[in-house]
Amino acid sequence: MTFMHIGKNYTPPDVIGKVTGEARYVEDYQREGLVYARVYSSPIPSGRVVNIDASEALRMDGVLGIITAEDLPASDAPADPLLASADVTYVGQPILALAAISDEIAEAALERVRVDFEYRDFVTDPLESLVEGGPNAYPDGNVLNQAEELADENATIRGGFTTIKWPASEVERFRNGQEPREVDFAGGWTYGDLEAGFAEADVIVEESFVTASTPHHSLEPRSAMSYWENGKCYFHGSTQSQSAVLESLAAMLGIEEQDLVLINQATGGGFGSKGRSYPMMGVCGHFSRILNRPVQLRVTREQEYYVGVGRPGMQGWVKVGAKADGRVTAIDVIIVTDGGPTGRNSASASAQHLSVVYTPGAMRLRNIPVFTNTAPKGAQRGPGQNEMSAAIAPIMDRVSRQLNMDRMEFRRVNAPHSDSPVYEYQGPMTSAFLTEAIDKASEMFNWRERESQPRQRNGNKVRGLGVGLGYHAAGGNGYDGLVRITPDGRIHLHSGAGNLGTYSYADTTRAAAEVLQCRWESCDIVAGNSALHLPHASVQGGSNTIFTHSRTNWVAAEDAVRKLKEIAAGEFGGSPEEYSIGDERVFRTDDESQGFTYGEAAAKAVELGGAYSGQEYPEDINPITQRAVQGLAGSGLIGVAKDNLPKRGIAPGLMVSMAEVEIDLDTGKYQVTDYVGVADCGTVMHPHGLSQQINGGAVWGMGMAGLERHVYDPQNGLPANVGIYQAKLPTILDVPAEMKNGAVDIADPDNPAGGRGVGEPSQGSAVAAITGAIADALGGHSFNRVPVTPDMIVNYVAQQEDGFKPLELNTF
Amino acid sequence: MNPKLTRRRFIKGVIYSSAAAASGAGFYLSAQSAAGAVTERLLTLTINGVERRVDVAPNETLAFTLRNKLGLTGTKVACNRGECGACTVLLDDVANYACSVLTHTVKRHDIITVEGLRAPDGTLSVVQQAFVEELAPQCGFCTPGQVMSAEALLRSNPNPSREQARQALAGNICRCGAYDHYLNGVMRAAEMLS
Repeated sequence: MTFMHIGKNYTPPDVIGKVTGEARYVEDYQREGLVYARVYSSPIPSGRVVNIDASEALRMDGVLGIITAEDLPASDAPADPLLASADVTYVGQPILALAAISDEIAEAALERVRVDFEYRDFVTDPLESLVEGGPNAYPDGNVLNQAEELADENATIRGGFTTIKWPASEVERFRNGQEPREVDFAGGWTYGDLEAGFAEADVIVEESFVTASTPHHSLEPRSAMSYWENGKCYFHGSTQSQSAVLESLAAMLGIEEQDLVLINQATGGGFGSKGRSYPMMGVCGHFSRILNRPVQLRVTREQEYYVGVGRPGMQGWVKVGAKADGRVTAIDVIIVTDGGPTGRNSASASAQHLSVVYTPGAMRLRNIPVFTNTAPKGAQRGPGQNEMSAAIAPIMDRVSRQLNMDRMEFRRVNAPHSDSPVYEYQGPMTSAFLTEAIDKASEMFNWRERESQPRQRNGNKVRGLGVGLGYHAAGGNGYDGLVRITPDGRIHLHSGAGNLGTYSYADTTRAAAEVLQCRWESCDIVAGNSALHLPHASVQGGSNTIFTHSRTNWVAAEDAVRKLKEIAAGEFGGSPEEYSIGDERVFRTDDESQGFTYGEAAAKAVELGGAYSGQEYPEDINPITQRAVQGLAGSGLIGVAKDNLPKRGIAPGLMVSMAEVEIDLDTGKYQVTDYVGVADCGTVMHPHGLSQQINGGAVWGMGMAGLERHVYDPQNGLPANVGIYQAKLPTILDVPAEMKNGAVDIADPDNPAGGRGVGEPSQGSAVAAITGAIADALGGHSFNRVPVTPDMIVNYVAQQEDGFKPLELNTF
Repeated sequence: MNPKLTRRRFIKGVIYSSAAAASGAGFYLSAQSAAGAVTERLLTLTINGVERRVDVAPNETLAFTLRNKLGLTGTKVACNRGECGACTVLLDDVANYACSVLTHTVKRHDIITVEGLRAPDGTLSVVQQAFVEELAPQCGFCTPGQVMSAEALLRSNPNPSREQARQALAGNICRCGAYDHYLNGVMRAAEMLS
């Protein structure tokens, strides 16, 4: 299908403000009477608040007040509280906030607040808690008893406590790469005949693995600004999403959604950590209500490392069986998750990654989310999938080597097709073209020839190649679209998606312009402020916006076109089917002179009223969209619809990456010297945007492979990484000067616009290619761990032991 | 972070660069006396070609003055301790971290912020235009700093190699990982200038 807009580069409206400095983020907003709030962070990893004495601080000139847990709705552990009191569970946890007329006074006053704590045992490594007699992160247990399976990975995990302990001997077996015997797990799933799968395998590989917890490092900290007027809360928040935040933030503030105005025109990074509302937003909203002043709650860089959420670390064991032809027959996996105090659990997503990209005939997951007294854990770019991708790549390389098979070919043999069943329930996908992506990447990278060359050592340098696969479910359905044509002929494309920096909030509106066959210059995107009448939308995360919201825009625009034709038929006679659109006009197909411009039709829609101008609307649209339409009623021709298009299964985002690394054996330092990423993301909707997501994901993959991690001091529970230079996200010098990318560009049949998302798999495939390449350069030696750091490489080359136990977390 | 520590470090930095060398006394002590002697509150700064009068505390950073006193919020503060480059501005055409410069030390300098690049009629600067055409930013929070570092490079070297551009942007962290696109932007800007 040839499109006018889809598949072409354009200038998203917010990009100009980003290069000129006009784009406004939370701390850029000012308001008369604004006061500044700062947070007091817990200095202890576990305990409870016994007493708060703020009297001296409150006597200081310019100090306006404090807010503590007592001023807020009660919160039961292990839910992440807005402010902690009964259960303090990590260093840096917010205990109270203090407001003053200036930021400096607030900061100085905080130093005069005295908080007395009762101390409790704490734990920073899940295996230390899992072993019999080990400490628990909470007095009531060490493992999350998850209440429900999460349909939405950005939702807050809910559940209670349970206690699971393993004998020391079994923890030791687990550390040494063997399956622990007769131990309890908290959850899991199975499909197929696992025993038969291993019985028919010609090769079986069994390994343990560990992946570090990683911070998000969003460059805009999660500061917030809010004020109340006439019972409404006006909230400037740093969030990934727009409409999808309303429900949870309103609930946090104890108000109705219609009494919340959320302004979020640009967000300085979220990566899963700002999917919905989060505690700092709740503190700011409540504080501004209590003080009856506009409040800016500033979160510092250090505090962002405390409260900014992290990817959970993973300690695991996996057994893979494969036949001589390369087919993976069975995978058995155990995952212990470092859930932090929030009990985050991405194990199922990790296992689903394996089920999709290696399509094993049988599979089993057993898992335990263990609480630790470390930073809260939540969704991070490809939660579950990407860390599994990092861990599994060298292990699968080992399988293919034992089969004497090209590593790329091994993946190709197992790659899913459109009709492959996936996940624990072995359900369908909308489409999948991973084989095509592998072929394209192989060609771009010249894989076969390079892989067949012997690995030659050049002085102290060795090179290795790697291939990695990435996957994430990338598309939802059931949300609403809203477009409006005004009598001046302007076309307003209302987007309820958040502006996270991927441009997908704008890319998806191009689907509406496509249906309306209008010039892009005639369109205005309306977004970023719930007072502007925005439709119900998904969370801007999970790689899902492209698929989900090109569909909503498509159906809303189709509704507008239907109304245009009905209005024209009413005026010029005949049936709507006898009308066409083109050049921003609706006209009789057999006589183009008989028709309206879009502007004229919009004026007519206002005159006719009813559904044409939004006085009536479909019953199945969400209340958020209903209110948006009510607000727009009578101002033009309204196209509004819920996405009821068919969706036959999971819409997969799939990626393949190939990388070359060069390792300096003297220093253990390595560089990525060549990189190719190829996406199967359906139709390419915005080439520049896709390139950003593929390359940006690759940078993330390089960070996960070799640099980034949370580290906690086991003596005192203190985080070691509370600065950018400590937690070490990649700089421009840590990544290749040029990266190549591409896409197979085959339309997904379940999206009329053709696209699926790919922002998350791009990290997973990259980290996998790099961990595989490092192992390849070291003659097949795999650390089964990320990050792979220079000291590990140097120790291996010198045949010395590492300074940490197998599967240990929090290693430097 | 603990800004007190940082500020103390800044003050030490000021000492090293100015009064301290002339004094035989301990650095910190002489700094206090030096600061007491030379620090004036009401300064005239030249920002984006315009003289601005502003009341400045002795321990105030340029990033704070720009954002909180002068309303120039295009300069972003992401780390506030010289790690990320989001606050990069030009001092006499040289890229500097505004979070790590005390305002009272720059009153004789020509300060240019991201707001100063666009022409009065709204025309984007070459770097800005090139960044738009290459869709260089993602979330945009580091972008003003990237723009200023690119601007500083091209003012001193209008025809850089890709590697030189990479080195010039090495002080600007982008968590979105848009490095490749920023480099494309710099190279396009260089092309537009030639």
